[in-house]
Amino acid sequence: MTGAAAIEVRDLEMRYGPVEAVRGVDLRVEAGEVFALLGPNGAGKTTTVEILEGYRHRSSGEVTVLGVDPQRGGAALRARVGIVLQECAVDPYLTVRESLTQRAAYYRAPRRVGEVVELVGLGPQADNRVKRLSGGQQRRLDLALALVGDPELLFLDEPTTGFDPGARRAAWEVVSGLAGLGMTVVLTTHYMDEAQALAGRVAVMVDGRIVAEGPPGALSAETVAYRISFRIPAEPSIALPPIDGLEVRAGEAVVRTDRPTEALHRLTGWAIDAGTELQALSVGRPSLEDVYLALTSKPEGEQP
Amino acid sequence: MTTGVRLIPLQLRYEQKAFWRNPAAAFFSFAFPIVLFVLFASIFSSTRESAVSGVRGIVYYTPAILAYGVMSACFTNLAVTATFRRDQGLLKRVRGTPLTPVGYLGGLVANAVVVSLILGALIVAFGSAVYGAGAPHHWLGLVVSVLVGAASFCALGLAFTALIPNADAGPAIVNLVFFVLVVISGGFFPIASSSVLSQVASVFPLRHFIDACFASFAPHRSGSFPWGDVGIMAAWGAAGMLAAARWFRWEPRRA
Repeated sequence: MTGAAAIEVRDLEMRYGPVEAVRGVDLRVEAGEVFALLGPNGAGKTTTVEILEGYRHRSSGEVTVLGVDPQRGGAALRARVGIVLQECAVDPYLTVRESLTQRAAYYRAPRRVGEVVELVGLGPQADNRVKRLSGGQQRRLDLALALVGDPELLFLDEPTTGFDPGARRAAWEVVSGLAGLGMTVVLTTHYMDEAQALAGRVAVMVDGRIVAEGPPGALSAETVAYRISFRIPAEPSIALPPIDGLEVRAGEAVVRTDRPTEALHRLTGWAIDAGTELQALSVGRPSLEDVYLALTSKPEGEQP
Repeated sequence: MTTGVRLIPLQLRYEQKAFWRNPAAAFFSFAFPIVLFVLFASIFSSTRESAVSGVRGIVYYTPAILAYGVMSACFTNLAVTATFRRDQGLLKRVRGTPLTPVGYLGGLVANAVVVSLILGALIVAFGSAVYGAGAPHHWLGLVVSVLVGAASFCALGLAFTALIPNADAGPAIVNLVFFVLVVISGGFFPIASSSVLSQVASVFPLRHFIDACFASFAPHRSGSFPWGDVGIMAAWGAAGMLAAARWFRWEPRRA
């Protein structure tokens, strides 16, 4: 089982003084897979990824990245890894092409600059100075800089935060394309749709721990029940049916249940008896967002 | 380590490109010292006897502004630039590539040294062409002083970034230290060598830098070149390197 793992993490812990940012994380990312670390702000995603990238020294646990301990990997390991940080960091006075040519010289076998420029869709801006690029274009250059060394493993820390929907779609296409080239991609995000669109496997991190892990589809099937919803009848005289797990929010009744057949049977029976219609009825498998909300919204006082 | 050293010329080339495309950096490195030079020279050039040094004003100001400019291009510029890049996340990003600290910082330092050499040549040429200050008498001493001074002030500038909490505070903190040092070291007007200010200044490297530059223009005042001053600058530079190696940070400070 140790052959093709790009990343292996066992019992990782990270403390900053009294603060425990990461509390016992186990992870395995296979070579060639796109893996998303999902979680709310402050969950410990960035800390975990920065330990993998070699920026932070862990408090305890075992970590290997491409077969090497990132704390000791040095320049040899950094040559095999591409990193895109949360903050975009590009030199404003160089052009796109110059920035990439400079960066390419750090690597023994870089990708061709022209090829990388096309890959991120900056062809028309190649000879513009960086400070004249839009924010989204600068982020794409940031990604290009991480790709020019032809890395085996790419880290993307919240790659589309602050993007408009069009730019997000475009960025997703680029990342999907990279996965198609056989690159291993690890991304952190707090967008469910992003994880769902890109990742083959997702781990949900809350309060420094991984609380769920698996392919996005399997994760939603396992963790939360089916979701049945309908619009609450306008007639105030009609009382809602006595069904377990029924919640009302914003004029909508939502039932979460593991036994959808029985719940539907009782619902439809109730509607016929009451002489009302189940308006806007929908029955669905929960989205990753439902899973995420279920996992991340803990009752008060449960955490130490 | 070796990959880093090999990449210094490449880094220098791109630092130079970026430097010349940034008007503020170019202005403060070249135009500002020249403007100061013209101002001081206009006020004092005809003064035959300046209070302490007993030379024509222009002979005093050529080395003084030269030393001022080199410290500005190395210490001030590097401290402000490195802090800015640290807070922008540029340094953190570079630490994620195979380029070593020696390669990256070597490029920054090489750029500042190149700027210093150009500035030095410009001031010496300007002083002698416009004000008839005359060429240096001790070329070797001058060139060695400028190189050692530039390298030392670069090391000190990098070390100083550890004291700057964020990029917004950078210019204010750096310039306070810089201008106090310039004034007490006699960079703008002579300070009596018996004064307390002068005693304080002689602890710091700028005073010795100015003395060494001055000696290369006016060797008749003291027989041989004061290599001791160059040695003190080098000692400060070595201390700066050790401090930078220990305390230089690649990541923005978190609040």
